[in-house]
Amino acid sequence: MDYSQFLVMKQEICLLVIFLLVFLNDIFMPRKAQSAIGVITCILFGIFTLFGFCPMVIGNSSADAFAGMYATSPVIVNIKNILNVGVLIVLIQSLRWTASDMQRIRRGEFYELLLVTLFGMYLMISSRHFLMFVIGLETASLPLAAMVAFDKHRYESHEAAVKYILTAVFSSAIFMMGLSFVYGLTGSLYYTNIAAGIQSGAAIVPLVIALAFVIAGIGFKLSLVPFHLWTADVYQGAPTPVTSYLSVISKGSAAFAFLVILWQVFGSVYADAWEWMLYALIILTITVGNLFAIRQRNLKRFLAFSSISQAGYIMLGVIAFTALSQMGKAALMFYILVYIFSNLAAFGVIGAIENYCGKVSMDDYNGLCKTNPRLSFVMMLAMFSLAGIPPFAGFFSKFFIFTSAINQGSVAIYVLVLIALINTIISLYYYLLVVKAMYIKTEEPCSISTFRSAWSERIAMWICVAGIVGLGIVSYFYDNLLTLVGC
Amino acid sequence: MEATIPVLILAIPLFMFLFLGILGKFMSHKWAGILGTAGMGVTLCLAYFTAFTYFFSGNPDFIAADGQRLQNLVFNLDWLHLYGNLTIKLGFLLDPISAMMLVVITTISFMVHLYSNGYMRDHHGVWETGFQRFYAFLSLFSFSMLGLVVATNIFQMYIFWELVGASSYLLIGFYYTRPSAVSASKKAFIVTRFADLGFLIGILVLSYYTGFFDFTELTSAAVPGMENVYSVSEGTAQGIFNVFQTKAAAGFMGCSVMTWALVLIFIGGMGKSAMMPLHIWLPDAMEGPTPVSALIHAATMVVAGVYLVARLFPLFIVNEMHGGAALEIVTWVGAITALYAAIVACTQIDIKRVLAFSTISQIAFMMVSLGVCTIDEAGHHGLGYMASMFHLFTHAMFKALLFLGAGALIHAIGSNDYTAMHGLRKYMPVTHITFLIGCLAIAGIIPFSGFFSKDEILSSCLGNSTVVYIWMSLVAGLTAFYMFRLYYLIFWWKEHKVHEGHHAPHDQPWTMTLPLVILAAVSVVAGFIPFGNLVSWNGEPYDFMAHFDWSVATVSLIIAIAAIALATKMYMKENPLPAKMKNAMPALWRWAHHRFYWDELYYFITHKIIFNGICRPIAWFDRHIIDGTMDACATVTQKVSYAIRGLQSGNLQMYVWVYLFGAMLLGIITAIVLILV
Repeated sequence: MDYSQFLVMKQEICLLVIFLLVFLNDIFMPRKAQSAIGVITCILFGIFTLFGFCPMVIGNSSADAFAGMYATSPVIVNIKNILNVGVLIVLIQSLRWTASDMQRIRRGEFYELLLVTLFGMYLMISSRHFLMFVIGLETASLPLAAMVAFDKHRYESHEAAVKYILTAVFSSAIFMMGLSFVYGLTGSLYYTNIAAGIQSGAAIVPLVIALAFVIAGIGFKLSLVPFHLWTADVYQGAPTPVTSYLSVISKGSAAFAFLVILWQVFGSVYADAWEWMLYALIILTITVGNLFAIRQRNLKRFLAFSSISQAGYIMLGVIAFTALSQMGKAALMFYILVYIFSNLAAFGVIGAIENYCGKVSMDDYNGLCKTNPRLSFVMMLAMFSLAGIPPFAGFFSKFFIFTSAINQGSVAIYVLVLIALINTIISLYYYLLVVKAMYIKTEEPCSISTFRSAWSERIAMWICVAGIVGLGIVSYFYDNLLTLVGC
Repeated sequence: MEATIPVLILAIPLFMFLFLGILGKFMSHKWAGILGTAGMGVTLCLAYFTAFTYFFSGNPDFIAADGQRLQNLVFNLDWLHLYGNLTIKLGFLLDPISAMMLVVITTISFMVHLYSNGYMRDHHGVWETGFQRFYAFLSLFSFSMLGLVVATNIFQMYIFWELVGASSYLLIGFYYTRPSAVSASKKAFIVTRFADLGFLIGILVLSYYTGFFDFTELTSAAVPGMENVYSVSEGTAQGIFNVFQTKAAAGFMGCSVMTWALVLIFIGGMGKSAMMPLHIWLPDAMEGPTPVSALIHAATMVVAGVYLVARLFPLFIVNEMHGGAALEIVTWVGAITALYAAIVACTQIDIKRVLAFSTISQIAFMMVSLGVCTIDEAGHHGLGYMASMFHLFTHAMFKALLFLGAGALIHAIGSNDYTAMHGLRKYMPVTHITFLIGCLAIAGIIPFSGFFSKDEILSSCLGNSTVVYIWMSLVAGLTAFYMFRLYYLIFWWKEHKVHEGHHAPHDQPWTMTLPLVILAAVSVVAGFIPFGNLVSWNGEPYDFMAHFDWSVATVSLIIAIAAIALATKMYMKENPLPAKMKNAMPALWRWAHHRFYWDELYYFITHKIIFNGICRPIAWFDRHIIDGTMDACATVTQKVSYAIRGLQSGNLQMYVWVYLFGAMLLGIITAIVLILV
């Protein structure tokens, strides 16, 4: 075996090294030194994130390894970089929470589990063989259940974990059922071989069923409707850092892997089979997510439904990506990046307030601008960005994803984009509800008194605000992504 | 040229805006003032250095071997890539007029920054509320104006055009607790925005047919063998004309499409430069602090319209040469405005209003000068263009001087009306002398700067049309009259009465007098700048003396002196003559005093006709039909949202069931559809 192949997976290896360092620190270092474990993880991960942007790493990194089971390219390195940025923010945000009395004793585990799931997501993105993909998927899913259950003194946390793990196992089963169909039809689990097998005319009906199961399996991670029902309960029950991790990183990685699978494996039956499936799922996801979000008063639950409808928009990028135009891929990556900043800004505020006084209801936020003007401002930016109000980044990410979809040019896609647009108006309503609570309902004094959030929370919020404002104004990032995907 | 200094020229004011705007409230008033002034001072030095390098270094990037001054794209970045070759750029264009404007803007802006340190506090030295905000906005304005003049393309110009509009709005409404200031700022913003609509349509028409935004593509030709260096070229403008001829030969409503484009762009310039009938905002804009009036509403922003026409001058002139009416419209809009504003200025009581109308009239002079400019023998090969830019320069200096002088008076007296002043010459000698210099300059008395620039404008008018020449000479006479009327009513007329318990008025602190002295000195000597060598329509050195017309100069001098003599007779000592004249022509006086009822006309049109006739029905439609539909949608959404809430029961068995059912349904329906199709 050619061991130099390992050099292809630079990011995975670095991540493992970080994991080991954190792990060893957790196990062997004296108790006192462990108090710094969160900061150490953040620093190491920060260096690693920066390292990912080195031209040396991105450079000319197109390669595959392990008999074609693993592949990497500048685009893949970059989507991993984007995820890294998000993970870094989540890590910084969680510093305060892990330092609390409740969590102190096992905070190392939180970081270890988180890094392991990230490793699984890397594999999902880079794999070119379904076996590898399933390993990645499970590595990314199962530890998450433990993370969801992290608040072991809270009943909701357990309930959420149980719901999560059962649904995850169930969806994996469905997914592998689909895979077995595919294997039966084509006799291989390599993406390229399956694609060749399908092209040479496999029976279409079993293929469609298999495809539906595969979509359902990944749709679980993305919380597409109707595979989304776990989302709200889990988001609400899980500790806030875990929720934010689930809502952006887990979703972002799954979206990209989904795009790769649909196009690399099933690309040839796009028009025959999954184009319409995805249309239906997108419309359902965006609409149902929105309709539920309108009624929520608990902010974490509210953001759960908002993230469901956001996943629908991300899926537009998958539709938009065609063999001819790679624009959809760039738009999708940009959307994920912007979504990371916007959603993490919102979760950052919610987490800071929850850490301070445990309040997560929208009614508690009435008049927040009087007591905590800066937090309200960050929250407002996040809501504006999520709703897609110019000049914030969210507007541009939506704009790019819509234009890339429109580029397809069929009537059906126009209708789809129109429905998505109508839904953005609905979403505007509920995002503005939060802003209204904070800035307009100021008659009664706010139940949250003035407080100063922790330095780590503030750093994370600053990064997010810089992202929300900067990505909207500086065209460099999107242009760069466009050149990267080659258009 | 290295891009560092040009970038800094724009970056420092922008930084100061953000710095003072965000951190201003954490620093003392004094330091905010010092920092703001220092920032502008650095910008001033950099701009002077840039302009000096451009004009005098002899670098082949800036001046060709035959002496033609070139246009240099210092940098030009792709800012927004829309699609195809449609790209919006941001850059820095260095050419004679932009270099000159850099000097004008930074000079006046620095003077105003310095001056405001003294002006923006009361007699006891207590600072105005919002002093830091004031400096932040001044920096924002300076940044926007600098960005406007160095724009490399018409879209960048439009962006900064709006930015100066916005900063002007913010500064006019600086005293936002005063209702009159608020309504003045709104008026200024809405009127200029309305004009900008024309500008935007003009840009779109122009770029739709030509495919270019860049000035260098529209009016210049690349210099062979050089990178980013262009020279103004009649040929390119001719090419643009031909493009219009081929693509839009038919024309529209009797004018060619190119004429339409240029006239629409000019409408934008009319709004900013307060030409009739869009002048109504400028007198009201005097609600802002006086230094702001000096900077924005006298010297820099209001000449943006002139600058715009000058920037696109090759297109205008080519259009004119083929019989287009664009330049003629510029001439007559300018001529009518000049006369109108001069007449109104003779009857105003508020000294800032007099100066405001005087500004309108003087800008109209510049417009006329551009309008009558031709590049053939009769037009002295582009004398009008040069004269217009020259007048822009000298006017900026002496009008800023007059405004700052007026500010000093207002600060000392506490009122805007000359009726509260009278006889101040003994009390405020520095203000008196500098104000007198300003008046002499604007009246066009040799050797003050206004004489030279105005004389060139009149020569240029004579070359084009005798009617315009006589008309503008009359306006020049009126200018001398109303300025000296103002001067005498402030400083002479009768002894100043110091009320009991009040201090006698006195000259202001050095921060306020120093700018006056500097600007007065510039106003004295600026006429001797060999301006033709520096600025001309195509960059070729222009020998002004070869085209100097002694008869025009003598006539204009005689008119000015006669007008001053008349003003001296009427206003130097208190006498009943002005009242008699007013009573002799009551109707004319009343109309002029009320600015010919333009505001009332606008009020009638907007409130009575537009609001009642158009807005009411639209509002009804909006409230009942559109809102009704939307409300129905919202109700339906709410209902559906309520109806499907059961799906999210929290029951895990059901979740899994829905999941499985959904997956199977998805597969089965698709399969069935596929089989059927």
